[in-house]
Amino acid sequence: MSLSPEQVAEQRAIGNDRENAPVMAPGYTMESVTETIAGIPLSKNIRMGWAVGFLIAFGGMNLLLLSIVWLLYRGVGIWGINSPVGWGFAIINFVWWVGIGHAGTLISAILLLLRQQWRMSINRFAEAMTIFAVSCAGLFPLLHTGRPWMAYYLFPYPSTSGMWPQFRSPLVWDVFAVSTYATVSIVFWYVGLVPDLGTMRDRAKNKLVKFLTGMLALGWRGSARHWHRYEMASLLLAGLATPLVVSVHTVVSYDFAVGLIPGWHVTLFPPYFVAGAIFSGFAMVITLAIPIRWYFGLEGLVTLRHMENMAKVLLATGMCVAYGYSMEVFFGWYSASRYEEYLVFNNRMLGPYGWSYWMLILCNVISVQVLWFRWVRTNMFALFILSIIINVGMWLERFVIVITSLHADYLPSSWGMYYPTFWDIAMFIGTIGFFLTSMFLFVRAVPMISIFELRTLLPQARVKEVEK
Amino acid sequence: MAVHFEDGGKRFVTQLFSKSANSLARMSIIIGVFTLAGAGAVGALFYRSPYYTNQNVVRSQPVPFSHEHHVAGLGIDCRFCHFNVETSAYAGIPPTHVCMTCHSQVWTEAGVLEPVRESYRTGESIEWQKVHRLADYAYFNHSAHINKGVGCASCHGQVDDMRLMFQNETLQMSWCLECHREPERFVRPKDEVFNMAWTAVDQKALGAQLVEEYDIQSKVTCTTCHR
Repeated sequence: MSLSPEQVAEQRAIGNDRENAPVMAPGYTMESVTETIAGIPLSKNIRMGWAVGFLIAFGGMNLLLLSIVWLLYRGVGIWGINSPVGWGFAIINFVWWVGIGHAGTLISAILLLLRQQWRMSINRFAEAMTIFAVSCAGLFPLLHTGRPWMAYYLFPYPSTSGMWPQFRSPLVWDVFAVSTYATVSIVFWYVGLVPDLGTMRDRAKNKLVKFLTGMLALGWRGSARHWHRYEMASLLLAGLATPLVVSVHTVVSYDFAVGLIPGWHVTLFPPYFVAGAIFSGFAMVITLAIPIRWYFGLEGLVTLRHMENMAKVLLATGMCVAYGYSMEVFFGWYSASRYEEYLVFNNRMLGPYGWSYWMLILCNVISVQVLWFRWVRTNMFALFILSIIINVGMWLERFVIVITSLHADYLPSSWGMYYPTFWDIAMFIGTIGFFLTSMFLFVRAVPMISIFELRTLLPQARVKEVEK
Repeated sequence: MAVHFEDGGKRFVTQLFSKSANSLARMSIIIGVFTLAGAGAVGALFYRSPYYTNQNVVRSQPVPFSHEHHVAGLGIDCRFCHFNVETSAYAGIPPTHVCMTCHSQVWTEAGVLEPVRESYRTGESIEWQKVHRLADYAYFNHSAHINKGVGCASCHGQVDDMRLMFQNETLQMSWCLECHREPERFVRPKDEVFNMAWTAVDQKALGAQLVEEYDIQSKVTCTTCHR
């Protein structure tokens, strides 16, 4: 029994209720939830808007491929990195992308353990976002090595050189943190997909789709034993993924905090980075969720309740980040070290890159304060713009950390300016293209919202539980 | 087969996969694990095999020169031919003149020595094939080792027992590091460096004493060898 257009319109209206949107609009049934969500990947039609968006993103991805080929041919000299600024865009983008991934893990793991029902409508695509963001992130340090084909040196394997990687270096910890994170995220995401792949297999008309989803569904029949095992597995994976929400960006922050460069050697870095990661991740989830729920008419499932909750998380983590910025300034002064003082005041605030510092404060601290108003939290246009501003702000934060600290540290004789080149920018835009291409394919290929989890939110599902 | 779906529907579905798909899926896990582990093991063994390292592989030479005959049989010192070894990075391949010191008098008609005589007549070098080929990014100096009490045999093996020359060790970095990390396990008195038969009575005590006496340091920084 599918929904009539009038019912859909009504549910969208309820989902868009700015005063009192529920987690899920009323009127859905087991059947209609399944049909609404599974109908998108199973539909034969390719919609115009999707196709245009995909092609634009695909163009960006090709820019990435082009930049990588040119980089491998010419070497990292095509980038703006120099001495003293050896890290440049590659590391900025790496930290930015890894940070974005964190929201997906937080939503799927921590909110699962906290039994937050509102997570169910957004966890699937937030997790997909995590995987694609981590893929983008992984590219940068790999390419920044200059000889990515030697990157296996970073892994401890019984090599004939008789040497191990330098385990005291946070760069090696990074390899473990990020590769563990990518593995757990992919497994978690896939395990969560299995019941829905079973649904896809049962509903697909196309033989090939039936075969592929059937294979990926691993023989899922929805028996009690299957569900029991599924619940066990997802709980265990959530337990595994929960520490990763904190640990991955902590280790990323060690890349800086363990170094002795002014502005990096700060004990605050791990929590400050984790908060920033969740902040940027939720901004990205909002950036993606707003157009997706509108375009696919999913406002009845991803309601303003979800959007407002996420906006609140943004506000909370934004305040954590603001605290981090103020403490950075405080430490600079309180350290009584002339280098730290110089970095914070003369270099970051008033130096040649001062504009980036003040832009960062504007984006990440001042503009976020509008989220105190419910009107902004429930206005999708305003929230969308704000999420973009925060994405930019979080990128600028990493720019400020990497560039200002490196370009002028202890020895004035080795100070220097950093300017990105065309290829720096091309590669960054390219990863955005790759990320969006993956997202476009994802929403078209698999159910972007967890069908079976949403069905547990239905009143019918709850009645059964009471009867027991 | 009629199947009751969770959404309340009841549909007839046909089997997508045959029964064997279950065993196939289970087997694929085991096969996958074994394939991965096997690939790792094969890789690790390959890079340690003589095929890759040339350890114990005889390299063919223009003249079948026997170290066994010249060193063990005739008692010629290493330095008679490799006369640069104490002062230079390279031990050196002897020029034809060195061969002809004796071979202008003995075995003057021997067929196998024709390339030597030809080289002497024409002035063209004999194209000896280098047996111990270190990677070009590794810096190695013979004199530094010889003058600190590293015996020829420690790296080149019992040369006096080799009819045809081959590489006795892997020449891999882990092998270099064995000694660079713990030189006391391998050093010998300087006057025994060229002695093929020398063995320590108590290497532990002797090594510690020699390391002290010769001021031997454990050199394991990257730039010791990769300059």
